[in-house]
Amino acid sequence: MSNYKYIGKSAVRVDGKAKITGAAQFVDDLDFGPDLLYAAVVESPHAYAIIQKINTKKAKELPGVVKVVTGKEFPYRFGLYMHDRYIFAQDRVRFVGEQVAAVIANDPATALKAARLVEVKYKKLKPLLNVGDALQQQGVDRVHPDLANYFHVPWFYPKKDSNIAHFRKIRRGDVGEGFGDADLVYEDNYVVPRYAHCAIENHAAVGKLDHDGRLTLWTASQSPHTQRHLFAEALAPLGFTHQNVRVITPFVGGGFGGKAGVTMEIVAAALATTVPGRPVKLLWSREQEFYNTYQRQGVEASIKVGVKNDGTITTLEQTLLWDAGAYVEYGANVVNAAGLSATGPYRIPNVKIDSVCVYTNLPPGGPYRGFGYSEFIFGLESHFNQIAKQLGMDQVEFRRKNAIRAGDQLAYGAPMHANGLLEAIDRVKQEIAWDTPKEIPSDSSKVRGRGFSLFWKAPAMPPNASSTAFLKFNEDASINIMVSGMEIGQGYLTVMAQIAAEVLGVPPEKIRVESPDTDRNPYEWQTVASHITWSCGNAVKRAAEDARDQIVDLIENVLEMPRDDIYLENCQVRSKIEPDFALDFTEFIINGLMLPDGSWRGGPIVGRGMFMPEFTSALSDPETGQGGKPNVHYTVGASAIEIEIDRDTGKITIPKVVLAIDCGQALNPDLVKGQITGGMLQGLATVLYEDMRFDDQGRLLNPNFTDYKIPTSLDTPDQIVPIIVEVPQGDGPFGARGMGEHTMIPAAPLIANALYDALGVRVKSMPITAEKIVAELIN
Amino acid sequence: MKVSFTLNSETRWLECQPNQTLLHALREQLGVKSPKCGCERGDCGTCTILLDGKSIKSCLVLACEVEGCEITTLEGLMQSGLTPLQKAFLDQNAFQCGFCAPGMVIAATELLEHNSSPNRGEIEEALAGNLCRCTGYAPIIDAVLDLVDNGGK
Ligand code: FES
Ligand code: FES
Repeated sequence: MSNYKYIGKSAVRVDGKAKITGAAQFVDDLDFGPDLLYAAVVESPHAYAIIQKINTKKAKELPGVVKVVTGKEFPYRFGLYMHDRYIFAQDRVRFVGEQVAAVIANDPATALKAARLVEVKYKKLKPLLNVGDALQQQGVDRVHPDLANYFHVPWFYPKKDSNIAHFRKIRRGDVGEGFGDADLVYEDNYVVPRYAHCAIENHAAVGKLDHDGRLTLWTASQSPHTQRHLFAEALAPLGFTHQNVRVITPFVGGGFGGKAGVTMEIVAAALATTVPGRPVKLLWSREQEFYNTYQRQGVEASIKVGVKNDGTITTLEQTLLWDAGAYVEYGANVVNAAGLSATGPYRIPNVKIDSVCVYTNLPPGGPYRGFGYSEFIFGLESHFNQIAKQLGMDQVEFRRKNAIRAGDQLAYGAPMHANGLLEAIDRVKQEIAWDTPKEIPSDSSKVRGRGFSLFWKAPAMPPNASSTAFLKFNEDASINIMVSGMEIGQGYLTVMAQIAAEVLGVPPEKIRVESPDTDRNPYEWQTVASHITWSCGNAVKRAAEDARDQIVDLIENVLEMPRDDIYLENCQVRSKIEPDFALDFTEFIINGLMLPDGSWRGGPIVGRGMFMPEFTSALSDPETGQGGKPNVHYTVGASAIEIEIDRDTGKITIPKVVLAIDCGQALNPDLVKGQITGGMLQGLATVLYEDMRFDDQGRLLNPNFTDYKIPTSLDTPDQIVPIIVEVPQGDGPFGARGMGEHTMIPAAPLIANALYDALGVRVKSMPITAEKIVAELIN
Repeated sequence: MKVSFTLNSETRWLECQPNQTLLHALREQLGVKSPKCGCERGDCGTCTILLDGKSIKSCLVLACEVEGCEITTLEGLMQSGLTPLQKAFLDQNAFQCGFCAPGMVIAATELLEHNSSPNRGEIEEALAGNLCRCTGYAPIIDAVLDLVDNGGK
């Protein structure tokens, strides 16, 4: 057991008080004074159309309107991994709800009213509303006729004259031989539709261009520095550079990937440049939140697996066709990440994976907690369940036999690292009492079933994604840490405080971790990919070590104590050999120590830390995906569920669900458990009832919480048992690796497999609603 | 039109448009920012406040309807520091992003005022109008239960 003082302890959140008192300010809570302007956008009513004419006259004439802006003023594209998205639609609109123009007015009601007065003449085109149609369309009316000219990262492979924005191939071993060696070859198809993030805070942005040329954006964002970079890039033709673009990000009311990168914020940035001197606010409504940010992409998976009679998997062939929507500047990397890892946490010698990013005329797909893994795990884990059944093998045993171990080759060729997958499987199996018979419900219309699933996920990020931290002491030995990760609920601020606390011997309550302002806080790539605890945690640890070294240097030099004897505890310098020695930080932390001659040494202690993984590479052979090391590490785990189904109504209740995750080292076990409880419910909702409905013209029919149901307090499982496994991550802070997204990944196959166990019915498309279950039973 | 009412024990008045919601009036005109706007149609509960002691969604009430009423927001609950309920939420890390917290605290406060020892089912029922996307509700419900088990201290 470790003897850490603050690490591994369930410290109370450093932001807890701000949140339960309402002191925490979100973007829309900030005060901008009576000068504030409000913007509203003009939205496309069509999924695909050519813009023929825009008439803004009536809107401009409405009293209270300050400005009407169209795509003419901002003919710029932007994007994270591919520059395919527009600030305002230019010649074409590509999904229902896309912004075509905007109105700035003195009050929100006038802005909305004027937006309705903007007249846009469209020529409708045939919208491509599913992957099949989109793959057929190779003519001029494909979604992006200019695709060939778009900038994109080197690891994307768009296909000329098609709707394929990226084609990720993985080829390993010999698939033909693998199937030849197999005793059983099993094929099937699975469908996962789109989903919405549903953070409870809507997107919000306020922009202001000062008369001195500095553009500031206040945004509800997971990605302040990336936003600054994308704003500066997109607005460069107007003379903006990073120096005069600033992003300030207060508390964020939930992200789940939906507030990563840049979506509506760029509209606020552009609009602000048209009204110098005045702040302009753009708030997304709940409806817009659903259809004009990102959605989780839908996927159609075809899976073919070869196995031997003893359960050894010889081969996997998998095609993932992604409905990526109208713009894929972020979503194409979801497709990429899934392609690299679609073996799941299994040892499979022969692999062929095609992960294909297809443009459609539905809202832009993008990052959503799980980043493609929830999507392919549904099919894969359903499939493995059926294979175990056909082999007459216990499904947990089947999984355990094939589970990936340290040293096994990953699909892209690099070796797997040490991990606690087997321990996770065994502990979950025991906790759910897998080998004991299920309870038989007293009500004969009800029946119980159990499901099992493994899961894994690696952070998907550019190989040089980095984190930095500044750390400064104050006179009272309190600390401010400046970082640019975002507190989106996961407890990031608290964990960063715990890391610095451990190194410096200052309790977390004395540490403030400051939310980003890109002009004050140092660089961070983004708060995504479950990488922030690991990456920014390393940066904070290094900043704290830098500060500690300065303290130790000072004591060694001035007090002539051997540095190896010095340690820091409770805001004091202590000595291992002189137990009575205790020097309060307050004695020197700002003003230094005085020498006998009256001169001073030391001075304010300020630390800096940086972390960039230097061992990754996204460069690989495009035809096989071999040769690179695109992923820094995988977080793995196992999960099991017991459900009770009412045969008459199809309704599922959940007596128990168990999830074990190897997070390396739980820096704050309570926060880890919080991720498990929250993520699991979010995952269960995607499989049980969340359901996006589009009409045949591509319009989302249920963009609100009345019609798109997310869980309430009445929808919780009776019991969620979190299990923490800790096989340390060598390069993680105190051995930690990320675990935030993972907790929702196994939920869908858990339900599908438990349903099969209970009723022998295999549902291969999500969601598995009560209605669908009853329909299956009737058939 | 002019309306006057009691807000967090103080008499206040405001000039409002007939179609203005109470949520909007509180946030924009009176600067009371704890009620949040998550949907503006009664679905999410982030705008929950107490109106004459009953929890309501302030996005569904017009400002002009509250003449003479007593309104309490989260700010008004803390007149002598954190309430025991808030302390329980704090100690148990009950919230994550915290956007739902003000509404949730109000809803739970109302529950405890009417029922000092609710069971799990009653708590789930009372909070069912307040959406939380982060926590899975369990830590919120557990914090209320713990408070109840400790005799409300
Ligand atoms: S804003 Fe009032 S219920 Fe959502
Ligand atoms: S804590 Fe984020 S919505 Fe409840």
